Amino acid sequence: MKGTVVGDALVMDAADAVATALDDLSAGTTLPPTEGTPVDAPLEVREDVPFGHKIALRRIDAGDEIRKYGEVIGRATVAIEAGEWVHTHNCESTRGRGDLAAAGGDA
Amino acid sequence: MDEFEGYRRPDGTVGVRNRVAIIPVSVTASSLAERIAADAGDGVVATPHGMGSNQPTPAREQTRRVLRGVGRNPNVGAALVVALGTEAIDADDVADAVADAGRPVETLRIREAGGTAAAIERGVDLAASLRADADGARRESADAAELIFAVECGGSDATSGIAANPAVGAAGDRLVAAGGTVSFSETPEFIGAEHILAERCVDDETRERLLDRVEAREDMAREMGVDLRGAQPTPGNQEGGLTTIEEKSLGAIAKGGTTPVEGMVDYAEPLPQGAGLVLMDTPGYDVESVVGKVAGGAQVVAFTTGRGSTTGNPVAPVIKVTGNPKTWDRMANNIDVNASTVMEGESLSAIGERIFGTLLDVADGRRTEAERRGLTEFAINEVQPTTGGERA
Repeated sequence: MKGTVVGDALVMDAADAVATALDDLSAGTTLPPTEGTPVDAPLEVREDVPFGHKIALRRIDAGDEIRKYGEVIGRATVAIEAGEWVHTHNCESTRGRGDLAAAGGDA
Repeated sequence: MDEFEGYRRPDGTVGVRNRVAIIPVSVTASSLAERIAADAGDGVVATPHGMGSNQPTPAREQTRRVLRGVGRNPNVGAALVVALGTEAIDADDVADAVADAGRPVETLRIREAGGTAAAIERGVDLAASLRADADGARRESADAAELIFAVECGGSDATSGIAANPAVGAAGDRLVAAGGTVSFSETPEFIGAEHILAERCVDDETRERLLDRVEAREDMAREMGVDLRGAQPTPGNQEGGLTTIEEKSLGAIAKGGTTPVEGMVDYAEPLPQGAGLVLMDTPGYDVESVVGKVAGGAQVVAFTTGRGSTTGNPVAPVIKVTGNPKTWDRMANNIDVNASTVMEGESLSAIGERIFGTLLDVADGRRTEAERRGLTEFAINEVQPTTGGERA
């Protein structure tokens, strides 16, 4: 597998802000500090995160780019704390946004 | 040498199956095609679809390209082209492509045959005769370099980008090293990852073509004033952990492996043999995308799925690969290769070798799970008026 296993999660690239859950993770699960990843101290998962879903590895400010595979997968719509679940409720695509173009925004 | 026993065709291509294809030129003849294939028995397949009798020119040209391409796919040993007889696409024109590829072919028009009942009777007779002609083909040793391997994904989840796609990519890299062709498509699923593919293009022409096609797909969303987020990732993708199209795309392109991008062809255009990695511009709808590549000449398809998919194809065997251990447990009789072992420590290159071995076994005649279950989905991408302009 590409990436680095961090407890029950997988970090694809050292530049990533998120890890992928390799199991259904319960709130309170701890991801151990792991070399070659941004996890340099024990990281507590703050909410339940289903298999395959993402956990923030550090605080991400609203509007910041979010990286996985070392690449930008979207931007934060609200501030996200380390250990929180990252999904459509707090991360959005910046591509193919006809809705923004229609509203006169920058798509 | 990586070899298999295949059907050598007069045009030099090698089939991995020896099907008799019943090809309708329109929706009007599609039920008839299915009925003939069902009544004619083993080894006779139909390619029913919903395209109308008189499509606007860009749509008609694309449908014609698909029908002709499917008819000359190396897996087709003989073909029967069926029509009502009033369609803008002429059955003879489709049959010519099959004949030019050196395969026996017949045409049947419902009006000339004297209606549906007579057409069924005549069609079943013709199919039996074509079946006997096709059975004359002998299998002989062929090299992996003669394979055109289509890779596809459907029902993706977070495991697709971690396990199944990079494992299929490793198998594709192995085939490219052996001298073959690998093709992947679904242009909307390049959005957010096109810069990586662009860097791998062998020349500026290919790079510009790729970036133009991706922009065209993104523009469709912009022009319609809609948001790709409703459809991409799909609700199922999202439940599986994929949040944005960028994330889905970055996982999707892994199924194309790591070799240079040698070119990009239009939907259902011929895929060159011995060409390395070649992209095809197709929609994200997986059945239409598979059919585009089969019309391009692909003899075998690998189809990755995270959430579970049952898709097959009437002409090309489809090898299913999943990286999701739950899907493997639940749907083992629809899936050929378990790539979720990556999470237990099996290397991606070892899984890639297993998939490459499966590819050669299937080329050699081993039936896939989709073939065992008789799953033969077929659909042609219809050029829409809103998207037809740039292709006209």
